[in-house]
Amino acid sequence: MSDPSKQPEAPNPDTDAYAHESELEAHLQPKRMYINMGPSHPAMHGTVRMKVELEGETIIKADPEIGFLHRGFQKSCENVTWTQCLPYTDRLNYNSAMMNNFGFLNAVEKLIGLEIPERAQYIRVIASELHRMHDHLTCVGATALELGGFAPFLYAIEGRELIMDRVTELTGARLTTSYGRVGGLNRDLPEGWIPKTIKSLDKIQELLVEVEGLLMKNRIFVDRMKGTGLLSAEDALDFGFTGPCLRAAGVDYDVRKAKPYWVYSQLDFDVPVGTHGDNYDRYIMRLEEMKQSDRIIRQALAKLPSGPIIVDDWRIALPPKPEVYGTIEGVMSHFKLVMEGIPVPPGEVYDSTEAANGELGWYLVSDGGGRPYKVHVRAPGFPILSAIPQIIEGKMLADLIPTFDMINMIGGEVEQ
Amino acid sequence: MDRVSAHLPEAVAERYDDRAGGAWAVIHAQHLPKVAAYLRNDPELNFKLFGSIDAVDRLHLAESDPRFEIIYILYSLTRNEHVRLKVRVTETTPEVPSLVPLYKGANWWERLTYDFYGIKFVGHPDLRRILMYDEFQGHPLRKDYALRDRQPLIPERPIKDIFRGPGTSGLS
Repeated sequence: MSDPSKQPEAPNPDTDAYAHESELEAHLQPKRMYINMGPSHPAMHGTVRMKVELEGETIIKADPEIGFLHRGFQKSCENVTWTQCLPYTDRLNYNSAMMNNFGFLNAVEKLIGLEIPERAQYIRVIASELHRMHDHLTCVGATALELGGFAPFLYAIEGRELIMDRVTELTGARLTTSYGRVGGLNRDLPEGWIPKTIKSLDKIQELLVEVEGLLMKNRIFVDRMKGTGLLSAEDALDFGFTGPCLRAAGVDYDVRKAKPYWVYSQLDFDVPVGTHGDNYDRYIMRLEEMKQSDRIIRQALAKLPSGPIIVDDWRIALPPKPEVYGTIEGVMSHFKLVMEGIPVPPGEVYDSTEAANGELGWYLVSDGGGRPYKVHVRAPGFPILSAIPQIIEGKMLADLIPTFDMINMIGGEVEQ
Repeated sequence: MDRVSAHLPEAVAERYDDRAGGAWAVIHAQHLPKVAAYLRNDPELNFKLFGSIDAVDRLHLAESDPRFEIIYILYSLTRNEHVRLKVRVTETTPEVPSLVPLYKGANWWERLTYDFYGIKFVGHPDLRRILMYDEFQGHPLRKDYALRDRQPLIPERPIKDIFRGPGTSGLS
């Protein structure tokens, strides 16, 4: 029996009774809708905010706003020594830190006019290609995940973890390695690293077969990738695309082939080129490039010569520790290198290497001191992201996700 | 570069090679679109891949007049080479013609250079800041902009015993 003196309960907003019939049948507003994707949206890699103007599901206008992560890369570099820039370059593309490291060092070495030892060149190639695979695995896995496939993501990440383990053994860090030094490398390969790496590569190839098998015959995946995110070769050049995104459009340009650096000219590999310039082709490019990277690493490991890993010049490389502790010359050179930095002769240089996403260019100016006067980075993701409004306007909102995945925008480098 | 000098002799102010062998040309600002159009459209030159744009503030360099140097990097697939162009502008009139009508890729790079150095690109369709926020005063990559200058959008609470380093007003 209910108590007649008790007041009726207030309506609970969490129950269905609260939603009226008329509200459930409300029509979509016919007017334009403005939505913000980001700055921390799961589909926006890094912190990009995309202001999207929608009519129904069609994107009328897209305006990317990219400054949320900006951390003053150039200004920071211009106020530390050349070697101290390395940790900053790591963070440009945190998926392939060593490629950024080595790209920067390559430009500095060009500016000095320095040839690094052959063993160091081989190890740089091996480490770069490992990180290229690392980057592509992340990209392919994340794309699969964002289009609804969790299993391929797990396989890709398993492969990535194997690379991370090898990278940790090599450099002591998983993500931000700071492994290079002007004139060579920080340290030599650890004992037993080569057979371990080959074993990891075998496993990664197996995992790639799984990933391919799961994705290439998946109707949802293929339908969302094929024919979306189209950009013609001419427009891609106009925007300054490089790397897999340019090659997907059918342009055969790879810095490793066009202007070989280190020992790339001595290694045998192919550059895959696509035809359509859509997301599917970009995805295929990344898969093929991983296979080529595998080839390169195996060859380089087989050919790896012995010898020093850094130049024997105390004006550039730190002297060996017994010399620092035992001789006055060693102490002085150590002190000068740490406190004042490497004296890079005055001048300027523009130099580029092929990073995972494309041409990573460096324009450096030195005034002769131990610190860079100007460090300009041509990050490959920056021009690619700038093309997004053109690619996506007039297309569906759902196309934004695979397109954004496949350009593989990395917040760190775009936002400098 | 020889062909550019022969075709547009009035545009090229200076030519030199850097230590790594890269060819550079200093172009007069008003002739820049002509030179870029020639480099892009001549079928034998074919500099169609857009590289990047940036500027250098030469305030502390030995040769500091005019103050700003804007650099342009273009790439030709058929010739397999980079071309490096420079335009020098003064502090009082930092203006260059925009390359957006020629290269779509110039759009964001010009915005970046405008944001960081305050160089105005005449004819740019949408010249606004790209990385810094709209309310930001000044241009952070100029050499006379203090390294640790702070412009918080929300007033920062004073925290005792924190010194934010040289170039700041000290506390806060």
